[in-house]
Amino acid sequence: MNAIEIESLSKRFEDKTALDGLSLTIPEGELFGLLGPNGAGKTVTIKTLCGILQPTSGNARVGGYDVHREQEKIHKIIGLCPQEPAYFGYLSGRENIDLFAHLQGVPTKQLKENSTQLIKEVGLSEDADRRASKYSGGMIRRLSLAMALIHDPSIAFLDEPTVAMDPQSRHATWDLIRELKFRGKTVILTSHYIEEVEALADRVGIIDYGKLIALGSPTELKQRNGATTLEDVFIALTGRKIREES
Amino acid sequence: MNTSRVLALVGKELKRFTREPAVLFMAIAFPLILTLAFGASFGAIGGSETRYPVAVVNMDSGVWSSALKTALTGSQVLNVQNYTDASAAGDDLQQGKVKAVLMIPADFTTSVDSYRANPGNSALWHNTTLALSVDKGSMIANAAVPPIIEQVIAALVTGKSAATRSPVTVGAPTQVESQVISQFAFMAPGMFGYAAIFLIMIVAGAMTGEREQGILRRISVTPTTIGDIFASQVVSNMIVGAVQVAMVYAASSLMGFRAQGGVPGIAIAFLLVMILTTCSVGLGLVVATFARNAGAATGISFVFILPLMFLGTFVPAPESIARFVPTWYVTDALTSILLRGAPVTSPSILLDVLTVSVVSIVIMLAGVLLYRRFGKS
Repeated sequence: MNAIEIESLSKRFEDKTALDGLSLTIPEGELFGLLGPNGAGKTVTIKTLCGILQPTSGNARVGGYDVHREQEKIHKIIGLCPQEPAYFGYLSGRENIDLFAHLQGVPTKQLKENSTQLIKEVGLSEDADRRASKYSGGMIRRLSLAMALIHDPSIAFLDEPTVAMDPQSRHATWDLIRELKFRGKTVILTSHYIEEVEALADRVGIIDYGKLIALGSPTELKQRNGATTLEDVFIALTGRKIREES
Repeated sequence: MNTSRVLALVGKELKRFTREPAVLFMAIAFPLILTLAFGASFGAIGGSETRYPVAVVNMDSGVWSSALKTALTGSQVLNVQNYTDASAAGDDLQQGKVKAVLMIPADFTTSVDSYRANPGNSALWHNTTLALSVDKGSMIANAAVPPIIEQVIAALVTGKSAATRSPVTVGAPTQVESQVISQFAFMAPGMFGYAAIFLIMIVAGAMTGEREQGILRRISVTPTTIGDIFASQVVSNMIVGAVQVAMVYAASSLMGFRAQGGVPGIAIAFLLVMILTTCSVGLGLVVATFARNAGAATGISFVFILPLMFLGTFVPAPESIARFVPTWYVTDALTSILLRGAPVTSPSILLDVLTVSVVSIVIMLAGVLLYRRFGKS
């Protein structure tokens, strides 16, 4: 079964077309990397699939549920780690995670166990009871990731999850993402670190100007474009480096 | 609406009230400080009162009663005012013009003389009692005036302390309810609604700030509905409103305001303020709909806060205009109950409760609809 099915999805804002007839299928259990320059439509794609934005036209199904009509069901099975980490600074890290567990309907009995385990996995055990407003940028990213995964979603949308992390934290996060895949979860990952996507993703989709311009495994994409790295593929297809506009 | 989610969000909101200093100040400290400041400025604690006016009704024509009045005046604490009519003195006590009334009985000089003639033989004494009434509403009059009078009398009659036996005694003070109403007493009922008004700014700041930081968007990707969020705002602010009522009640009592109406009176104060918090949440949502950021929300909040404050709380305003703001109905009902002792079932009070309820529900619905339509992004 497919975790994500996107058919001719378009999203237009007043003066800009963010998604232009995007079509894509992601099977269950796949770790899918979504690449594209700034403003290419990666985050809009994720926001549309999560129900934050309404598509202008086209259709999409997440976990078999229609994004137009079945948002409530979609919200129960997905976890979103947004590009801009959103958290309550006056709550501790643990309280932020527990709050989102309650909002996701995690049973109270299970909550403490899940919370403690996840806090350990994201490396926040020592700081879990400090106010989140005191956290460093990397710690906030790890907290945001834990808030997205506390209810053990079957589909995780991770939008730039490792930005501002030091190498140690980034590799620990990679391990966590690999663990999600190992447990059969579907992961949609966007990142500005192309090597990150290359290391983690089963398949990669490159989008530009709201259109899917390449799709395949990192190896396939490199072979198809005669490149040695995924970054070379990216530059060859988009014509510019991914970080130029950031 | 999901109870578990609403309670989780209420818990989160209450933590915000206790952990964010600015919110804590606006919601709790500010009303408390204001009540204490107004109480000290306009009311009741009597800190500037250094001499207590005491009415003396002398029914004795002997020398000892004159000596007693001189001695009382010489205490430097009592301001002795002579009355010939006991009922006039009683009226002035009721109106708060004097703090106590001392009745010197007709046989006072006879009694003192009997002691002076036979200080060691109580069988030959002529016993008498001086009646004393004090203002029930004045803590200081109750605490200070009776012992001062007892000491002065003992010194005059026996030349010793008040513990020394003598034929002259002061009766147990009768407490008389003073009818005088301080300026603060008129302001105190308005303080209850005043505290709840500032919740507009707090709600608007929360909703705008959380939207600005992307937190509401993130919550929208959970099964949490916008109804859960609104309900949590109403419930958490009602709890804060209840705390505000308790604190304003305690602070105004400390400053000398004696609320009438007993338990039903204070219960209706809680009810009215909690209804008013619903109105404040609604207005907070209206502000959050149009404010682009938390700073703008603070400024726009005053569009509502100022008229609600100046027309409907402790600031005197023409009733014809004041009737357009919901706080006026809260203050009107609380003034009737807490100041004048009107029963809570009075038709005018029930009408006030009904009016503020309907207006609050309408404003809350308007806030919810506006925010859902225009305020989410």
